[in-house]
Amino acid sequence: MSRIQVSCTVNGDPVDFLCDADGSLLNSLRDELGLTGVKEGCGTGDCGACSILLDGELNCSCLIFAPEAEGTTITTVEGLANGDHLTPLQQCFLEGAALQCGICTPGVLVAATSLLNHNPNPTETEIRYALAGNLCRCTGYDKIVRAVREAAAQIRETSA
Amino acid sequence: MTIAEDPATTAPGYKWVGTRMIRPDGFEKVTGRARFGADLKLNGMLYGHVLRSPHAHANIVSIDTSEAEKMAGVRAVITRADFPAPSGPAGDQDLQRNAMAREKVLYEGHVVAAVAAQTRGQAKAAAEAIKVVYEVLPHVMTVDEAMAPSAALLHPNLMTKGIDPAPTGPSNVASRALYQGGDLDLGFAESDVVVEGTFTTKPVHHGYIEPHAAVADTTPNGRTTLWCSSQGHFTMRAMSAKVLGWEPSRLKVIPAEIGGGFGGKTTIYLEPLAVRLSQKAGRPVKMVMSRDEVFRATGPASGTKIVAKMGFKNDGTMVAAELWMAYEAGAFAGSPAGAGSMTALAPYTVANFLIEGFDVVVNKPKVAAYRAPGAPMSSFAVESLIDEAATKIGMDPIEIRLKNAVTEGCQATYGPKFPRIGFVETLEAIKNHPNYQIPLGPNQGRGVASGFWFNAGLNSSATVHVNEDGNVIVVTGSPDIGGSRASMALMAAEEFGIDAARIQPVVGDTESVGYNDQTGGSRTTLATGAAVIEACRKILADLRGRAAKQWDVPLDKVEWVDGQAQHVDGTQPPLSLEDLAKGWNRTGGPLTASAALNARGVGSAFSTQVVDLEIDPDTGHVTVLRYLTAQDAGRAIHPSYVEGQLQGGVVQGLGWALNEEYIFDRNGKMENASFLDYRIPVASDMPMIDTIVVEVPNPGHPYGVRGVGEVGIVPPLAAVANAVEHAVGRRLRDLPLSPVRILDAILNKDC
Repeated sequence: MSRIQVSCTVNGDPVDFLCDADGSLLNSLRDELGLTGVKEGCGTGDCGACSILLDGELNCSCLIFAPEAEGTTITTVEGLANGDHLTPLQQCFLEGAALQCGICTPGVLVAATSLLNHNPNPTETEIRYALAGNLCRCTGYDKIVRAVREAAAQIRETSA
Repeated sequence: MTIAEDPATTAPGYKWVGTRMIRPDGFEKVTGRARFGADLKLNGMLYGHVLRSPHAHANIVSIDTSEAEKMAGVRAVITRADFPAPSGPAGDQDLQRNAMAREKVLYEGHVVAAVAAQTRGQAKAAAEAIKVVYEVLPHVMTVDEAMAPSAALLHPNLMTKGIDPAPTGPSNVASRALYQGGDLDLGFAESDVVVEGTFTTKPVHHGYIEPHAAVADTTPNGRTTLWCSSQGHFTMRAMSAKVLGWEPSRLKVIPAEIGGGFGGKTTIYLEPLAVRLSQKAGRPVKMVMSRDEVFRATGPASGTKIVAKMGFKNDGTMVAAELWMAYEAGAFAGSPAGAGSMTALAPYTVANFLIEGFDVVVNKPKVAAYRAPGAPMSSFAVESLIDEAATKIGMDPIEIRLKNAVTEGCQATYGPKFPRIGFVETLEAIKNHPNYQIPLGPNQGRGVASGFWFNAGLNSSATVHVNEDGNVIVVTGSPDIGGSRASMALMAAEEFGIDAARIQPVVGDTESVGYNDQTGGSRTTLATGAAVIEACRKILADLRGRAAKQWDVPLDKVEWVDGQAQHVDGTQPPLSLEDLAKGWNRTGGPLTASAALNARGVGSAFSTQVVDLEIDPDTGHVTVLRYLTAQDAGRAIHPSYVEGQLQGGVVQGLGWALNEEYIFDRNGKMENASFLDYRIPVASDMPMIDTIVVEVPNPGHPYGVRGVGEVGIVPPLAAVANAVEHAVGRRLRDLPLSPVRILDAILNKDC
């Protein structure tokens, strides 16, 4: 089976990669582009560890065929920070100990980024529903919710 | 040294211990740079795929790999023929048989063969082309089925241990644990109130988000490097070597970051398969489980059946307790029935008791340790009955526990006397918290439960180096599963009296640091931390000696204060760690020290929790309104990560109580092997988890640390059941308390 060439923009860089017609975007991001910050927890869209922004919208990259990425703009966890300058979300996760093992963290950060892009002042309930597709087995979510709330406040303060 | 030789400081003036530094590995983990088990890629790497049993119990008549071996991209195929025949103690043989099936498969998902090929797709296609002829056997799925006189036997030679006289024939019962004291008949005769019931729990999975992964690279001369995410790479080395028939030293195991374990990554699955495939193919091999495989072939925690009876005086005094408990082991012996028996009544003084715990094999995956293994189930039964007794007597549930709570000097039901412990303090903390006074509305209930779990000590090693710039490297062999690098850095900073940011904690591979047992048993901050402290103190002694030499004064004239050597009379300018490091050429060479210890007598962990919940009378759905946990941490080295352990344990326990269960069809095949159908708590299911860290220092640790990782999962099962009872007026004794069970209880209230 011949492989398909895909061109897209990932974390600001124009990239090309080859993929099988039925290959997942998750596998291409990890294996072809070396973006192993995108994690696979289930491969069935249930855990959110592979969350990315595809043209600005939150998606599970395991549920997207790699050829569908043609012409899109993708952000992964690797594209959130600017060098060593972390985003307020990343910084608040560190300061608030909102991660334990860290495997869900990339997906949670991407999902939370999406939430704050759409809703700069979410309630606790809105945060919990926005992150309901991102499983975390370590934290019990308490410190994650607090970190997102704190980051939202900081972003609002900066942009005010 | 045993860590008890250096008693806890009771009036601490700590500078670093108890602070909330940003974890040293944090930047990597929020930017996607941290390398977990599945993230490694080597040149020439092949991909492995496992062929698993579709049957719960069957003889393997034949395995034909000839077609698979000829397929495109295939470089190696392995079966039972590629591993030595099981030998050694029974536990080792079980390990070998679980890693690769021999004469028969014992559960759906049992490994039958594995393939390495150039692509994942090729490996999967070839595995599916292996022809296996099975002779299907009758299977047993529950302890009731397995213990029935006519039950199909999993193992022809399994004789029950712990029974006198010894049995004359095999059964599915591997062992019986027995703990007893006083006179049970007398105890029940003295009781004013007797409560009893049969409780069941289903197998539940740890649900770590990272599936198991391993990469093996065997060079032609036989040396092998294995990268894997585990709770203990030294144990992975030892266990893999047993299956491979090698000396452990032939393997070097490099720890990847671990994406959750909770006990489930304390044993091998893919590791020996990847090594043998790599050896056979002459290429590196990577293997990663799917979520489906994780469910079907790893863990879970035991399903249980517990028959319990307890007697109380009218003043709340617990005078008798009888527990008959059967724990599913899965396909091989080794359920935590013993630990469940030891912990069941441990929080309480009870004069007359009999606890029997049975380890029962069934045709399910072999259970793995899961956070306080065995304790949540036995505690579910005991704490439910205590609640029933409190209701009957008309006593507050905290008061009845205070009435019976163990304190320093009490003898535990499992034998030893407790040193200083903080159980009563957890009960008082809940009692005095405003949450406990909030009035409840209709369909709402409040449930209280407590729990006990051990702290393991075991073996730990650490090596500490001072760099030439005066910064410090701390190498341990304990995987960091939830912030232990931070706790090691804080303890080392405290010892040296320098900024914690100047400490670089490292998790070393099996060739870079002395042996370490696993990160498990709530032991790492406690025991590995003690090794770090001891290694630091060796260097500090060395540093004082070098300062004394430099000043030409006796050693007792030199003290170490705030990161520098000071003359007690102030007659010399201080020598900082940087000064001494820079000058090591003149004073005896580089500064390094190692410590290794076998930590014993390390303490006990107690937790008390209260949940408020509301039940939807139309659907049976439970909403957790608020949750409060109080746990004795001894001394919280990094309070944020202590709180995180407490909160995470609670939420895992809530999943166990409310939703989680393995569901099998009549053929013994799991029907819900996905995160869609096996539903762990999601963010929108949970409230904030209000958390009280009680600090009653552990007298056996230099800083008073107690392990905090596990006990938090013990109380939620009974706390929820107790709250449901108060909300709907029915006692439910079968977990999980899913909507269908609760709705049934509401609809059949008068039955």
